[in-house]
Amino acid sequence: MTESKVGIVSYGAYVPRYRISPQEIGQVWGTDGAAMGKGLNVVRKSVPSPDEDTITISTEALRMALTRGKINPRDIGAIYVGSESHPYAVKPTATVVAQAVGATPYLTAADFEFACKAGTAAIQTCMGMVLSKMITYGVAIGADTSQGAPGDALEYSASAGGAALVIGRENLIAEINGTESFTTDTPDFWRREGQRYPSHGGRFTGEPAYFRHVGECGRRMMERAQTEPSHYQHVVFHQPNGKFPQRIGKSLGFTDAQMKYGLVTPWIGNTYSGAALIGLANVLDHAQAGDRVLVVGYGSGAGSDAFDLTVTEGIRNFDRDHGPQVQEFLDGGTPLSYAMYAKFRGKIHLGGS
Amino acid sequence: MTVARFWRETPRRYNLGGNRCTACQTVYFPPRAVCPTCQQHRQSIGKMEPYTLCGDGEVFSYSVVHEAAEGFEMLAPYVLALIKTPEGPLLTGQVVDVTPEEVQVGLRVRASFRKLREDGRAGVIHYGYKFSPVREKGPREAMASPASQEALARAAARVART
Ligand SMILES: [Zn+2]
Repeated sequence: MTESKVGIVSYGAYVPRYRISPQEIGQVWGTDGAAMGKGLNVVRKSVPSPDEDTITISTEALRMALTRGKINPRDIGAIYVGSESHPYAVKPTATVVAQAVGATPYLTAADFEFACKAGTAAIQTCMGMVLSKMITYGVAIGADTSQGAPGDALEYSASAGGAALVIGRENLIAEINGTESFTTDTPDFWRREGQRYPSHGGRFTGEPAYFRHVGECGRRMMERAQTEPSHYQHVVFHQPNGKFPQRIGKSLGFTDAQMKYGLVTPWIGNTYSGAALIGLANVLDHAQAGDRVLVVGYGSGAGSDAFDLTVTEGIRNFDRDHGPQVQEFLDGGTPLSYAMYAKFRGKIHLGGS
Repeated sequence: MTVARFWRETPRRYNLGGNRCTACQTVYFPPRAVCPTCQQHRQSIGKMEPYTLCGDGEVFSYSVVHEAAEGFEMLAPYVLALIKTPEGPLLTGQVVDVTPEEVQVGLRVRASFRKLREDGRAGVIHYGYKFSPVREKGPREAMASPASQEALARAAARVART
């Protein structure tokens, strides 16, 4: 039944180089940043350079995936970029990325938007197209350079980064055994057109939103796959901070060891659409053939997509050492002062502009 | 620069697309219509083929720009360098993700994809290559870097329980 297989052929992640700590942010607002960081379980967050955005992050991640997987960009039939910080309101991110990796012109491309889960929705679309043999390879990218309003709780975690997955039928490093979704109309977090920063429902973002959707979706995935938490070596949840994923993981019956590699937000912050995919990339950096992986993404608004994966023998010959592994992004970066951070993020406006 | 002119240069700005003279193998960036290296330029006519640079290089010479050009104010001070590529051509580009003090002649770099400029707040955004240093594998420079991810995971787990 080889023709019914679908999965990950290659992957790449990218996180900008600069970092800022909650302490540094708290100092400016007269808040106990250290306590804030502890509460969120965020040690530091990444900050994009002024010349980085969702397009450049997506391109870097995909270029790495193509090199690692030795994939001819002309074999890519679709590129979907999921983000809530597309640089243009009208003009696709995906076309620039496609051109920059040399995949144009014979492919389809589009931008996806579903808060933080647009990247996992892109994986599902690629799975369908690959399985129906419309395309050889589909690319699903989740990337963001999101911002929190200065002084808002979100400012302590909103960061930048992304990952790209190449989905195909052959030469898989991880087979996708199945996928499930759970979607409702829940107004926990939003940003209206033209607004610079998002709004959120405060405590409402927890129980009825993240925990309900991720919990229901994860449980349903395991029910459908006829698995239990103990069957998985690794689990990855969407991670708007370092605490939510640990709490939902525990309530679903997973241990710290299973969550270890999938949890990246404490060291790079919340990369929104990139978060679950960078967590998965870190898992794949460490996984061995035969490992079972559960991924549950989440997007406000609200919905969850879950994936049940099995790492294949293909991981043995896969060139994981090409380019930086996720661990290098987690290990640190160049620290920024709040002043430099404000300049980098366009919070300072030049006279006349 | 007009949108159309920038668009025509997309292959070279996005993908370092140059060309090569198949008569004498010299690589050009930006691409040339005829080969100035061949003794008789006519020899190269019809023999120039597209050639994409690999993106590796090293700093050949550089200067630190403090008086930024319009549109680059937020980046100042920044490093503008001549990059020697293994294929031969010298490229001009900005070196990013470094402080000016870290840059020196011979620094190994790799092409990265960045925003080059924006035509104001409503205009088109131009993208293309810049260069970032090739860093040795292993931990990056210190930022109160904890000993290991395991230690952090344990600490995180403790925080979550409290
Ligand atoms: Zn020649």
